[in-house]
Formats: sequence, C-alpha cells, structure tokens
Amino acid sequence: MESTLLFSLRLSVQVALAATFLIVMVGVTAAYLLASKNFKGKEFIDILFTLPLVLPPTVTGYYLIILFGRNGLIGRFVYDWTGWGIMFTWYAAVLASFVVALPLMIRTTRAAIESVDKSLINASLTLGHSEFETALRVVLPLAKKGILAGTVLSFARAMGEFGATLMVAGNIPGKTNTMPLAIYTSASSGDWSKANVMVIFFSLLSGLFLYIANQFTKRTI
Amino acid sequence: MGLSVKLLKKVKGFTLDVEWKIGNELAILFGYSGSGKSLTLQCVAGLMEPDEGFIRSNGDLFFDSTLEIDVPPQKRSFGYVFQDRVLFPHMTVRGNIAYGLKGLRHSDIKDKVGQMMNLFHLQGLEDKFPSEISGGQKQRVALARALIRRPKALLLDEPFSALDGPIRLEMRRLLKDIRNDFDIPVVLVTHDVIEAYAMADKIIVYSEGRVVKTGSPSEIFYLPVGSEVEPLRDRI
Repeated sequence: MESTLLFSLRLSVQVALAATFLIVMVGVTAAYLLASKNFKGKEFIDILFTLPLVLPPTVTGYYLIILFGRNGLIGRFVYDWTGWGIMFTWYAAVLASFVVALPLMIRTTRAAIESVDKSLINASLTLGHSEFETALRVVLPLAKKGILAGTVLSFARAMGEFGATLMVAGNIPGKTNTMPLAIYTSASSGDWSKANVMVIFFSLLSGLFLYIANQFTKRTI
Repeated sequence: MGLSVKLLKKVKGFTLDVEWKIGNELAILFGYSGSGKSLTLQCVAGLMEPDEGFIRSNGDLFFDSTLEIDVPPQKRSFGYVFQDRVLFPHMTVRGNIAYGLKGLRHSDIKDKVGQMMNLFHLQGLEDKFPSEISGGQKQRVALARALIRRPKALLLDEPFSALDGPIRLEMRRLLKDIRNDFDIPVVLVTHDVIEAYAMADKIIVYSEGRVVKTGSPSEIFYLPVGSEVEPLRDRI
C-alpha cells in the first residue's frame, strides 16, 4: 500500500514539474506578446488561452482527445508517422496539466509585464538595445515576481489536475494514476484511511504553495 | 553638423507641425505644457512615428516619409533623458551606466563607466540602487548613461524640473561643463524661462504645435516681436 501511494506522489510531482517547465516557456512568451503587441486575432488568442480556466476540465480533456487522440486531428498524423499515441501515457497527463494550468501563468505574468513602466522600455530602446534584449534585461526582470507567482500557482494547479487527466491519461494503476486520481479510487472503493492520508497531504501542500505565491505578489516598499 | 527636423504629426485633435535646424549647440525648445515640445523629442528619438517629414543629423537620415525611411530608436544613437522615473530600478548605478554600452570587453566597459562616474561626480555610488540615491544623483546617472556611448545628439525632456532649486542650478552648470567634452547637438525641452535664458545657444519657441520664433536668448527675450512670445516672457 505504501509503495502505490509513493508511486502516485512521485508521478504527480513528475507530471507537474514537466508541465510547469512547458508552462513557463510557453506562458512567458505568450504573456509577453499579449501584453506588448497588437495583432489581428489577439482577442481570440487571449480567449482561447483562458478558456481552460473556466471550462469544466472534462470538456478541456474532450478537446484534447479530439486533437491528440489516435484518430484526432493531430494525433492521427503522429500515429501514422511513429506508431505512437500519447493517450493513456504519463505524457498525456503532462499535456492535460499543461493546458489546464497555462491560463494561470499567462494571466499572472501578463499583468506583471503590463505594469512595467513604459518609459523604462523606451529608455532601453534609446540606449541602443533591441526589443528582444529589452525584454530579457528590463521587462522580464522587473516582472520577475509575477512570473514566480504564476509558476508556483501553475505548479500547484498542475499537481492537482484531475478531470482532463482522467479523460486523456486514464486512471491506470502504476502508470497514470496521479495522486488526485488515486484519491478518487480510494474514496470510491471505500479505502478511507488511505484517502485521508493523501487528502491531508494535498491540502497542506496546496496551502504551502498559495503561501509562497502570496510572498511573491506582496508589495515590497 | 547639427540636427535638422521637419515634422507633421496628428494626435487626438492636436497637430504638431514644426521645422527647425540647429548646429552642434544647445537648443532649447521653449513653450507652455502641451505645445508639442515633448512630442517633438519622442519623434526625434524614434519612439513616435511622425506622419510626414524628416529627421537628419550629421549626414545621417533617420526618418523620411517620402523615402519611407524610419530607423528604429535602438539604431538612432540619440541620448535621451526623460523627466523622471528613468533609471532601471533592478540595476545598480554602475549597471545603469554600463547598460548604455554593448559589445565591448569587460575591461573597456569598466574603464568607460569609471570615466563617466568621475565626470558626473558619482564616485562612491557604484553599488547603490536608484532607490538609495537622491533626485539630483539620479539625473546625473541618467545623463552619464545617455552619454557613455557618445551619441550623435542629446535629447533632454525637462530633465531638471523635478529637482530642488539649488540642485537644479548645479545640474545646469554640470550640463554646460560637459558640453565641452561632447561636441554634439543638445536639445533641451523646458517651460522654465530662467532655464531657457541661462542655458540656450538658441531658443526655439513653441506654441500650439508650431514654432513661433527662433533666435538667441537675447533676440527672444529683449526684442520680442511676436505676440506669442510676450506672455511667456512675462512669466519672469
């Protein structure tokens, strides 16, 4: 029993770390573009990225099946070329966590980037630095707290992902049963003692993450 | 030699329509707030795109609407000092000044930053952050940062208006001193009559988006012909 519990914990951390890595890469880039550029379809992109925040995770998972399933719009080609499908692997759990937690990162980071004083950006440009250098050396360092807060929140959300994960990765013991799924299995099979341990553990962990995120977003005067 | 500018820019019911030419001298854009002085500097620096006109300096063309040339601000090499909130808060004084340089060896950067620290009397403040130094010191750092890469022109947007009287005088003196080291056109925007009179080689008087008079300080203040100049002069 202890080993299956540890497996779920390890898998959850592994999935959340991988998802968070992707979220930081994609999220910071998307947030920067949304905050500082005006382009056609910006509103649409913004809504598309934010939708998983308000959609039921099962709906998000359903879309992921349509896109990445073996007969999906993208998954079909991947399967034809490689004979490999992402469904019901731990990669699918990463994909689900990534899509569901990404909006938290984008929203937090975008707000932080938008609050960077425009005259500092202008100063950097007139000092001979390109927009890319300005982003790396001025904008992102000054938005650091928002980015860190977004990272912590995304990690916590990715770790707790359930609905979309169940849709695309299933609940395969010893393979894709992350901790939230293991809790569901324990509770539905009446294994309350095991569920209690995991629920208490998860509650404390999430509380800790929120505390850390708050420390980043606190104003320092 | 110098800087010549012709700009037409419409923004929200305001029209800027100016043309002037200066040599390697200190020119003051003088006029009430909202007369288009700062907008002119933003266009010259490349932060705003004029609707029509040209911007030329020492044989280089930075903007020309008929030739569709619009050099981005980072390639214009104009030093630009803003009114306030100008230093990068996450960098030290040394870091801020060194930010004006790029593509140099570490030892060269150190030498050049050291020279600017001396020139602007900033010794001992190298490792301070902007929040730890005074307003006058901040503006000196901003000047040092703008001048370290030897820009083709220096643009100053009310650089001393947020400073107290005595420090403002000291900064004016400093700016006059360093002009000898940098033989470039300097454009200073102000609505302070005394500043205009004390600093300028040439005064360009702005009113409602147009140039109403150009001349030396004595021409502007002792022989006012245009009625537009008089109310400004009378503010002394």
